[in-house]
Amino acid sequence: MMTNSHAGGRHCARRLRHSLLCGLLLLCAAWATTASAAVSEPQARALLQALDTRSFEAKGEAAQAIADSQASQKTRWLQALLDGRLGKERRGEQFYIVTDDSGREWPLIDAITFAEAGSGSRRTVDIFKINNDLRTQLQGMIASLSLAEGDERSRLAAADRLIGDVNADNVESVRASREREESATVRDRLDIALALYRVQQGDATALKTLKGNLDTRVRNTLTTVAAGDGELASQAQQVLDGIESKRAWYDRAQTLFFGLSAGSILVLAAIGLAITFGVMGVINMAHGELIMLGAYTTWLIQQALPGQPGLALVLAIPGGFLVAGAFGVLIERTVIRFLKGRPLETLLATFGLSLILQQLVRTLFSPLNRRVASPEWLQGAWQINDALSLTLNRLGVLGFCLLVFAALWALMRYTRLGLEVRAVTQNRAMARAMGVRAARVDMLTFGLGAGVAGLAGVALSQLTNVGPNLGQGYIVDSFLVVVFGGVGNLWGTLVAGMSLGVINQVLQPWVGAVLAKIIVLVGVILFIQKRPQGIFAPKGRVS
Amino acid sequence: MTTTALRKLIATAALTTTLAGFSAPLLAADDGPIRVGILHSLSGTMAISESTLKDEMLMLIDQQNKAGGLLGRQLEPVVMDPASDWSRYAEQARSMLTGDKRVDVIFGNWTSASRKAVLPVVEELDGLLFYPVQYEGQESSENIFYTGAAPNQQAIPAVDYLMGQGVERWALLGTDYVYPRTTNEILEAYLKAHGVADDDIMVNYTPFGFSDWQSIVSRVKDFGSQGKKTAVVSTINGDANVPFYNELANQGIKASDIPVVAFSVGEQELTGIDTAPLVGHLAAWNYFMSVDSDANYDFIDAWVAYTGNKDAVVNDPMEAHYIGFNMWLKAVESAGTTDVDAVKDAIIGVTVPNLSGGAATMMPNHHITKPVMIGEIQDDGQFSVVWQTPTTVAGDAWSDYLPASKNLISDWRAPLRCGKLDVERMVCEDGAGAN
Repeated sequence: MMTNSHAGGRHCARRLRHSLLCGLLLLCAAWATTASAAVSEPQARALLQALDTRSFEAKGEAAQAIADSQASQKTRWLQALLDGRLGKERRGEQFYIVTDDSGREWPLIDAITFAEAGSGSRRTVDIFKINNDLRTQLQGMIASLSLAEGDERSRLAAADRLIGDVNADNVESVRASREREESATVRDRLDIALALYRVQQGDATALKTLKGNLDTRVRNTLTTVAAGDGELASQAQQVLDGIESKRAWYDRAQTLFFGLSAGSILVLAAIGLAITFGVMGVINMAHGELIMLGAYTTWLIQQALPGQPGLALVLAIPGGFLVAGAFGVLIERTVIRFLKGRPLETLLATFGLSLILQQLVRTLFSPLNRRVASPEWLQGAWQINDALSLTLNRLGVLGFCLLVFAALWALMRYTRLGLEVRAVTQNRAMARAMGVRAARVDMLTFGLGAGVAGLAGVALSQLTNVGPNLGQGYIVDSFLVVVFGGVGNLWGTLVAGMSLGVINQVLQPWVGAVLAKIIVLVGVILFIQKRPQGIFAPKGRVS
Repeated sequence: MTTTALRKLIATAALTTTLAGFSAPLLAADDGPIRVGILHSLSGTMAISESTLKDEMLMLIDQQNKAGGLLGRQLEPVVMDPASDWSRYAEQARSMLTGDKRVDVIFGNWTSASRKAVLPVVEELDGLLFYPVQYEGQESSENIFYTGAAPNQQAIPAVDYLMGQGVERWALLGTDYVYPRTTNEILEAYLKAHGVADDDIMVNYTPFGFSDWQSIVSRVKDFGSQGKKTAVVSTINGDANVPFYNELANQGIKASDIPVVAFSVGEQELTGIDTAPLVGHLAAWNYFMSVDSDANYDFIDAWVAYTGNKDAVVNDPMEAHYIGFNMWLKAVESAGTTDVDAVKDAIIGVTVPNLSGGAATMMPNHHITKPVMIGEIQDDGQFSVVWQTPTTVAGDAWSDYLPASKNLISDWRAPLRCGKLDVERMVCEDGAGAN
């Protein structure tokens, strides 16, 4: 069994390479595919019947037979097989395509006539299974079937797969394709593939083309070449050194991005706390749960707008702010204002509140995590080059964090509320004497801090699990950031959050995630010993 | 009649009356319900996984009661909530096993930490515990029955499968606690025994609930781009998996480049993830919801009807409880009593059907036989089985690949009765036979 599948894997890989090459040649030569004529029903049945086997190798051959056949349905069959929707009646001879496999009862169509064929379930329809090798193989077949309308993008993909895969058998045809190719980018790829082949054959002049190339296949091939001896090896080593040092720079850039992204999450989680704890001096242990409420708001809005995760996410920004803010005002009115100046009791009361909020969510929405979908524009990565790519969801959160920070800073700096908050912070009695309604300012400030926590929840819903325990993981980190940055200072929170994020990510590859966190914690404790006021000392009243 | 005879007669009569007086309440207790303890967390971090097992046990007990109960008596569930707090598992197991309302058997626990906390309690109070989750092995208790997989029933076959697929480089990622650490230790020893170089193995541990996977995934990507076919073996536990898989998808790591085989990710965990970008990543279990057998379809239908949720999923630990519960029923029936010692003896060798169309047998080391399956993630959140052992595999309590345990076996049958027997020196280190 084991050896079989091993051999099967190699076999498939060879076949894949073969079909890709064929595809590329087809493409570049712009051969028109012969129009497929329909096959008779028994023939179609026989083609499908061949798929009904347990061996993936045999299934691959059956799929290849379909691809090579004249059947007009073949693209749809292969696509359905790839999607896991092609199957056979369990106790019968009918072949079906499942048109919608989301429920437990599936609507079916006949695989040969495409006529509607009632419904079925796992019990009645045996879906043809595929594995990783077969999946790759099928993708290759479907790609080469649609080559006639193959655009530059698919030619580029085919050329890309050739890097490291050029050999004596196909080198001439690749050269021919390179001559015919019109697109410069595709030509560059083919040049690299050919140069790599020439280097493998001992041609040192081809090394020039490979200079500074970041593709890992180029690096791996050169490593093998450089391991030999002679002039070629030392020249290859030089090129390799250049590649490695270039990669090292991109690695540093990537670590910096990872750090800023981790930092932006810390800043988002902490900045609401910087307002409630830093400005008002309230130790709010329920801050994490306010973040959780923001995340659940995102989920609820997505439930209300099925199929539109992007719109839901945009609406969740004001939604999360308002829901968490309303809870914040409620907490301030009912609990915190009665405990003014009694920090220990505030701490205990808000800790109790956090447990109540968690259990509330657990009872209302079940203890299971909820899935918040990411809109398409936050999925995947921005591929800058072969060595550097930035994931879009992290990039989005980083941008969002900076926006929230800017808005908050402007609010504190330029609005009447901001002025009043600063006045109350600096001297409460004096501010009241000047006619500022301190109680109202307290309520609004707390509501603002809570609302910003809700915004953090909206952002976190894109990165981590939305569940009742979401907030717990961020409360300690948030206090850490606020204390490190300097209590009552927004800039301090930004700088502290970002630097802790970067330090953590720089340490992580060396010492592991657990130890990195410990080192950061010890570092902050030592720093606070030396400089109790944090990075930025608070201006005005020091409490 | 002599006076002596008369005295004897009176004494006998008195004795009989006293005995009758004693035995009446004893008989009455035997007429009452049989208590089945359910010790799964219904709140806290583990509630995600464990609360479904509680519901499943209630369903199984309900079905059995409708079918006439056990030994003519009804089964009564006793549910407690240890709230994901390991020491509370021990306290609650103690309260289940003491007093008038002592339970006859306990089905419970998920994490190894909680099992280790309960172990001394069930041994001291002579209880029975059925533990349904795959675990790290290196343990065999007289009072615990391990219906989940031991490493040789999950981790080792999964690695074998990947070796067959041409994998030469291994990233072992895990959550930082006893199960991943022990499993990875065994796997490292196994891989090195199969000629894998130190440089081709990368080990990394992360805390519970970890969510910032970007730099680790990026390291794996780098590790996997050195020209050798690479796979990730994941013992990442709980909800840390969701951000991990999301990060894999976002950084564009496809199953055809670097497949990830997971030992703690099942249907339940996938309900929180968009599986379209993960198609082809693997999991190794002894049961998948997509398995084709009538027993499985019936079980799923019953579960959907019981929960009233048409999207309800079932998973491997649920199958383990299904098997464990049926084994216990059969053992009690053949022993004719719920007495712990009698059931312990009767259950060894008991065979019941599993959900994948085969059968499971309780072995003398308190582990069971299971088929090993490798499934690939599909875009509907299910797994499609791509490989399966031709026969069932018996669980091995003590790993053969670690130097410290390679000579150890466990056999709880009389006259050996030993959970840790060194076969080389023939010394029993733990169990009734240890003296």
